Amino acid sequence: MATPLTPVITEHWDRPDLYTLDGYRAVGGYRALEKALRTDPDDIIAQVKDSGLRGRGGAGFPTGMKWSFVPQGDGKPHYLVVNADESEPGACKDIPIMMANPHALVEGVIITSFAIRANHAFIYIRGEVPNAIRKVEFAVKQAKEAGLIGTNIMGTGFDLEVVVHSGAGAYICGEETALLDSLEGYRGQPRLKPPFPAVAGLYASPTVINNVETIANIPYIVDRGVEWFRGFGTEKSPGFKVFAVSGHVKRPGIYEAPLGITMRELLDYAGGMRDGSQVKFWLPGGSSVPLLTAEHLDLPLTYEAMAEAGTMLGTGTPMVFDQTVSVVKAVTRWLEFYKHESCGKCTPCREGTYWITGVLEKFEHGHGQQSEMDTLVDLCGQISGRSFCALGDAAATPYPSALKYFREEFEAATHTSADEQFDPVASYVFAGVGAR
Amino acid sequence: MPISDTTREQMREIAARYPSARSALLPMLHLAQSDEDEITTDGINACAEVLGITAAEVTAVATFYTMYKREKVGKHHIGVCINTMCGLLGGDAVWDAVVEATGGSHNAPTPDGEFFLERIECQAACTHAPVMTVDWEFMDDVTPGSAVEVLDKLRRGEQIESTRGPVIRDFEATEHTLAFPDDGLADAPSVDDKMLAGLRIAKEQGMQGGNA
Repeated sequence: MATPLTPVITEHWDRPDLYTLDGYRAVGGYRALEKALRTDPDDIIAQVKDSGLRGRGGAGFPTGMKWSFVPQGDGKPHYLVVNADESEPGACKDIPIMMANPHALVEGVIITSFAIRANHAFIYIRGEVPNAIRKVEFAVKQAKEAGLIGTNIMGTGFDLEVVVHSGAGAYICGEETALLDSLEGYRGQPRLKPPFPAVAGLYASPTVINNVETIANIPYIVDRGVEWFRGFGTEKSPGFKVFAVSGHVKRPGIYEAPLGITMRELLDYAGGMRDGSQVKFWLPGGSSVPLLTAEHLDLPLTYEAMAEAGTMLGTGTPMVFDQTVSVVKAVTRWLEFYKHESCGKCTPCREGTYWITGVLEKFEHGHGQQSEMDTLVDLCGQISGRSFCALGDAAATPYPSALKYFREEFEAATHTSADEQFDPVASYVFAGVGAR
Repeated sequence: MPISDTTREQMREIAARYPSARSALLPMLHLAQSDEDEITTDGINACAEVLGITAAEVTAVATFYTMYKREKVGKHHIGVCINTMCGLLGGDAVWDAVVEATGGSHNAPTPDGEFFLERIECQAACTHAPVMTVDWEFMDDVTPGSAVEVLDKLRRGEQIESTRGPVIRDFEATEHTLAFPDDGLADAPSVDDKMLAGLRIAKEQGMQGGNA
């Protein structure tokens, strides 16, 4: 039997007033907060630990463990920072969450701050999405007016300020330490770790940085319990996931399902591939994870199964491309992105993305040389593991996996351009360039 | 036009949100850009003064982030996503059509000064590819034809709405929102069929989902 969909975070998105406090409360919103504020903060941390919730931003680090790294009773201010800088190519689930259900995020922020003893929380939203920023600001404002944010929340003596912060266009700020530098008013460049943010983060104080979807899970876990949460997914990947399926499928969109659902099942829900088309390659979660092919469609979408298949679940936002797409062109475009977004701090990443892109562009135009296929492998190896943050590793990811499965396309690109191999118009989702 | 006293006052207001004033620099620069349609030396100096840091320090930040422009943007900023998903699904053709219709080029104002064109990176809306933005508001699922139609309407001063967001205002208004997000537009419909795709199937098929 097919794995059923499990709308939780998305359950009431068809309610036009869900973004308002009244709408959210009408479906049980802020019930978890009342419960949480009557609970010992350490017990909330333990609960999130026991739930097995893993970070939904891409790395999949256990959330409760991250929280428990914050030293308690240290006399320093603690901070919660929500990473809402969703910029990973292919990732498109945090922005929808913030536009449709911003109070779930805000409630999660309040509960998390209470648990880690933070009196100041920041929601860092990428600047290019003003509509998500205004929705979250509106939710924060309403929560303040209702006394859910501010001083002495619900008479518990707990104080919390929440600031919605606009970024200004930099993919790198999705990297947690670069985000901190950016939030402190500097260029967004990653910091050397250790010390980790849990010990020395924002303003050199203990800081938890969590992804939007991670935080939006918290109210549901607190409200419904660990056992309920663990009833979804697998032992190592418990819970559900807001999957966003994009590409050459009939119904691209948001599908919330338990972790462990297969790509084939998700594809079915998305109406299958568009007419006359088959899966050529797909990526489970963003351009920073190695690509897979049709032979991997039956693998469970879990952190562990994806790792075993040589890739990563990443952001859990599968991009699916059909046979009309040139893998050479796709990979080149991603590398152009990494080159543009490399912050320039580490030489291997700054120079490496420049050189990889240059060589890949030769292939795209049909001028690659056979020997340069190895040069590219070498270049990727020179970046991977040699920069402060994961952007460098990510940039070194698309090419080797593309070469592994589609070597012949790179070979053909030594004499025939990507556009000659694959008519670009065929991959458009509308009919021809004159389409209205 | 130099940065006004009102704007400086608003910059101080933003700075007061943070435990450390310098944290306000990014939204302050958005405010300066909203005032002057670009980041000017005046804008940089005003930020530096308010925060008590040097103009060089502010400049280092302003030049790092792509959203800050060093030329007048004009009335509307037009973004076309050309990252792999959008570009290959048709964004490349949309970009060509927009360039042809305006005579513009990447990261520059169009000759008539009406628009500022930009080949933008992933806008976190791949489910709605190809994506265009007008003053950073979503214009989802565009075609070359529909994109040019949007530009024509903007030129004629007709009112258009974002596909997931409010009525389009102008670039300066959006930049103001980034500094002061409580802009009174949160009521704009922002959930569409694609965002409801899974939920509708679950409901039709009676899947108990999270309540099981």
